[in-house]
Amino acid sequence: MKKTTRHLFANYSKTSVEYKAAKKTLISFTIFITLAIVAVFSWRWLWNQPFDNGIQGGIQKPFRSILNLNEKVFGNLESAGHLAKTYPVSEAAKRVRVNGNIGLGNNFDATKWKLQVVKSSGDTAYFTIEDLKRLPKTEIIFNFKCIEGWNQITWWGGVRFADFIKFYHLENESSMKYVGMTTPGNEYYVGIDMPSALHPQTLLCYEMNRQPLPMNQGFPLRLIIPVKYGIKSIKRIGTIFFSNEKPPDYWFERGYDYYAGL
Amino acid sequence: MPKIVSKHSLAMRWFHWINFPILIIMTWSGLMIYWANDIYRLGWGNTTLLKFFPQSIYDALHLSYKLAEGMAVHFVFMWIFFLNGLLYVLYTLFSGEWRELVPNRNSFKEAWLVVLHDLHLRKTAPPQKKYNAAQKIAYSGIIIMGLGSVLTGLAIYKPVQLWWLCELMGGYAFARILHFILTIGYTTFFIVHIIQVILAGWNNFRSVVSGFEIVQDGNEKKSA
Repeated sequence: MKKTTRHLFANYSKTSVEYKAAKKTLISFTIFITLAIVAVFSWRWLWNQPFDNGIQGGIQKPFRSILNLNEKVFGNLESAGHLAKTYPVSEAAKRVRVNGNIGLGNNFDATKWKLQVVKSSGDTAYFTIEDLKRLPKTEIIFNFKCIEGWNQITWWGGVRFADFIKFYHLENESSMKYVGMTTPGNEYYVGIDMPSALHPQTLLCYEMNRQPLPMNQGFPLRLIIPVKYGIKSIKRIGTIFFSNEKPPDYWFERGYDYYAGL
Repeated sequence: MPKIVSKHSLAMRWFHWINFPILIIMTWSGLMIYWANDIYRLGWGNTTLLKFFPQSIYDALHLSYKLAEGMAVHFVFMWIFFLNGLLYVLYTLFSGEWRELVPNRNSFKEAWLVVLHDLHLRKTAPPQKKYNAAQKIAYSGIIIMGLGSVLTGLAIYKPVQLWWLCELMGGYAFARILHFILTIGYTTFFIVHIIQVILAGWNNFRSVVSGFEIVQDGNEKKSA
């Protein structure tokens, strides 16, 4: 008996519908599976890309480039000076949620605290909380948004960062691109683009619900910046400095978006 | 005599198969973000019927403590999800294929008959062209849902700059709930879709990859 090799098209005449269908199927599925494999390998390539700036626990470089692009796309929307929505006092939470205590160690001596501002000349200026309280007070009741996904309407009072800059003639400093803020022991630190820092709702904040800030909210002075996620509203500011380079940022180093704008 | 009939255009097939992995990536990264504040549940008062999500799901999919990763992936792949969806809608509009997809006033009544037929509770299905009435509603509805995901997504992504959109979507917290419910909707769609594709068989599945189907004596067959 003669041995025959059978293959896919063996039984069909080359003009039959079955032959044509089988050929078309084979071609299209070959392309389909090839593209699927390409997709899987592209994903793996993306995932294995080095982290940005060699920062420990950052995010892969291609992701960072797109996040920076997003900042350009959505950051431009902010140019109109949009204000975050404000609420009446009756809606402000009595029990304000506490989240995050980095840099709020127990051995903090409030009597020795002074706000340090590093000027462009290299000198450091020192401010007491009374210095700040002498400036016009601004209050805001807004919907505080945590990057984790929760939100709470809360009531804060302090001096506008823009007013502080103006009163102490820090225009040289505020003409730079970024402002950096750190806790007294440098445990927590944020970098903020200057337009957001000078936004009229950005406060150097010393009051919550008309009372001095509690310890766990960053007594004696914290930042409240409604145009950013809560990660940028640093508690217990020790030092403020200015730079044209992005200042170090705690959560950026852990893979979050630098801009973190809302 | 069987015939080879072209069914799905190349463009439709590209849109479909690009969307498939992108939607998986968006859902997966969305779950990593949701994990950080996983407060939704089905229930009332202190009674919880179903918590979104049980710890076992996070463990099985390795979703815990990945908020930064989730946000990065979500805000990168959102562009592909959005552009693919936008091009798909533009394509259906300009090619005229929207006529086969958009339901008409009979579709809602007919869709019910299709469902009864599929559940084997009714012998005949209403006559159809490329898509039956249930498919028209499902495939148009999923586009509305896609638009809903983009709008609620933007509302919670930029609630200060796009404050009017955030208000329109019912506020920050409500827009987040809508965004979540839509994802549950996609997952449900996906499961039903897979079952329907399996039931419809090889000829139908092949058409979404190759573009053609084999039609017996001039009658177009059912598709999923």
